[in-house]
Amino acid sequence: MLKINNLKAKIDNKLILNGLNLNIKSGEIHAIMGPNGSGKSTLANVLSGKKGYKISGSVLYEDKDLFKLDIEERAQKGLFLAFQYPLEIPGVNTSNFLKTSLNAIRKSNGKKQLDALEFLKVVKSKAAALKIDEKILNRQLNVGFSGGEKKKNEILQMSLHEPKMAILDETDSGLDIDALKIVADGVNTLRDKKRSFLIITHYQRLLDYIKPDFVHVLMKGKIAKTGCSELANELEKVGYENI
Amino acid sequence: MKEKELNKIKEYKYGFSTDIETIKAPKGLNEEVIKFISKTKKEPKWLLEWRLKAYKRLKILKEPNWQKPKYPKIDYQSLYYYSAPKSFTEKPKSIDDLDPKLLETYKKLGIPLQEQQRLNGIAVDAVFDSVSVATTFKDKLTEKGIIFCSISEAVQKHPNLVKKYLGSVIPITDHYFATLNSAVFTDGSFVYIPKGVRCPMELSTYFRINASQTGQFERTLIIADEGSYVSYLEGCTAPMRDENQLHAANVELIALDDAEIKYSTVQNWYPGDENGKGGIYNFVTKRGACRGKNSKISWTQVETGSAITWKYPSCILQGDNSVGEFYSIAITNNYQKADTGTKMIHLGKNTKSKIISKGISAGNADNTYRGLVDINSKAINARNYTQCDSLLIGNKCGAHTIPYIKNKNPNANIEHEATTSKISEEQLYYCNQRGLNQEEAVSLIVNGFCKEVLQQLPMEFAVEAQKLVGISLEGSVG
Repeated sequence: MLKINNLKAKIDNKLILNGLNLNIKSGEIHAIMGPNGSGKSTLANVLSGKKGYKISGSVLYEDKDLFKLDIEERAQKGLFLAFQYPLEIPGVNTSNFLKTSLNAIRKSNGKKQLDALEFLKVVKSKAAALKIDEKILNRQLNVGFSGGEKKKNEILQMSLHEPKMAILDETDSGLDIDALKIVADGVNTLRDKKRSFLIITHYQRLLDYIKPDFVHVLMKGKIAKTGCSELANELEKVGYENI
Repeated sequence: MKEKELNKIKEYKYGFSTDIETIKAPKGLNEEVIKFISKTKKEPKWLLEWRLKAYKRLKILKEPNWQKPKYPKIDYQSLYYYSAPKSFTEKPKSIDDLDPKLLETYKKLGIPLQEQQRLNGIAVDAVFDSVSVATTFKDKLTEKGIIFCSISEAVQKHPNLVKKYLGSVIPITDHYFATLNSAVFTDGSFVYIPKGVRCPMELSTYFRINASQTGQFERTLIIADEGSYVSYLEGCTAPMRDENQLHAANVELIALDDAEIKYSTVQNWYPGDENGKGGIYNFVTKRGACRGKNSKISWTQVETGSAITWKYPSCILQGDNSVGEFYSIAITNNYQKADTGTKMIHLGKNTKSKIISKGISAGNADNTYRGLVDINSKAINARNYTQCDSLLIGNKCGAHTIPYIKNKNPNANIEHEATTSKISEEQLYYCNQRGLNQEEAVSLIVNGFCKEVLQQLPMEFAVEAQKLVGISLEGSVG
């Protein structure tokens, strides 16, 4: 699904990713943990196509050069990023945004666009399944949302888009236990053989609910250690310093 | 962006011109030309005298120059003041007698005039350069006693109404461009809604400038008699030309007791090319008088075209409890400039006004909201609410808000809110990550920003206007 080879990324001449290698196969869930400033969010940004980075190395997404695709093309081809800080867009109705974005993706994949009624039916059932209050749909996109509501909105969009490759950038940060379960449910419901996840997190907490296939420790822009889900527990005990 | 898409974007959809034989007044502005116009239109003597009086006044007036967008001096002697298709020497009796080239032009513009293709439930008056070429659904309206025709026809058939109301809101002693219009106006629409009648369909005028070096000076007069209601819409386009063309229209609205007029504009004159060459100077005077008690006038404008837009659709709230509203979207891209807003003149008791203005500026454009809220000492309990929001796209454009408030009444209630925001890179990145390209993202954000105003438009046009909002900002980012 995603093959990252010797990835380096600089911003303002500061090297953030320094030769990162990672291979994510279909159906796998990888968790990336690491201290502040180790390059976790940069990795998510570079993979989704955010501008402003100087990049070397290669990333193959479904065996094709990821860097040749614009941000929206990556999204249309099934790469989804749940933002650490989802953006507020005043005036834009959440439901309308979700519908427009879903239809843009459907259109690019040759699927029929959903009309307002069809969309509402789909989004309401997804929201209900995730126990997300559908009231957020009638509000302006992320405007005045609590931290938890913003993250839930990201998970709702992920479940609507049914991406092939979902990246969650510290989606669990700052969430109470109920919201954390919603995020985990979102991932677990979508989990199947054809879909992969890259879960970026600070804490082992989320991994109590989502059992990853691999846990990687990111230090100074590189994978310093890889293990199975027990590695997360170990990290929690001994801290990053002692890895 | 792919080159093909880019070319498509640069293209102004309505930029074609129609090759049609015309009759023109001699070039230049003088008494003879005014007499020519009046004679060609077989006008009564009083109207010619009225025009000449305006012209006399014009000669001592100076062009105003307090506005923000400056423009090169206009040589009024090098313009044509009247241009009409030759086939109009005798006005065709029905739409089927129209020159096929004209029918074709309107078809291309998406305004079908022929019976079988008419827009559902919208009566259209089509104005081509200086003359009205067709008015649809006339019979259906006549049944209700509604008069909807060209102003030239109204002068002939309903002289008393025209004489009574023409110039009663915008007198010939007004400012330069309004007085110029009074002297040389050529055609436009006339609407009269009788007492107690609710107009059963949207009335609409479609203005088209075709001839080059020609100014367009329409005059629109709408009278809503006691207890009546009408919703009226105007749309405008012009061919792409290197020269700047002057459009100086006057629109007068009169609402009597308990009457309501809703006037919507979707202005899409040619804005000039991406380097600011060519485009229409849209210097228009629009004013409504809420003359009767409990009357209401509501202006909604979506201004996306023109090189320079300079207009202030206003309400004179004379009648007690009368209401004036102004909803505006002004979009400027590339080198376009706009200085637009409204005047709300509160004279009657318990008068209310509401101003919602959304200015969007992209490229090197400059956008000014300028408005006046004037509350007279007799306007007891007058209320105004003003909200001016500006949205910037990019670093080279400008947005300005200039609200004037004159209050002579201690119990008036005036509120003003203003915001300026910018579409951030981060917002665009977020939208892109959800599968939307730059243009779709900008369109979505801007439409969200303008929503309150778009909601005021009649349904059929709201959808069109939404698309237009997106199209006029294409190429503004990325």
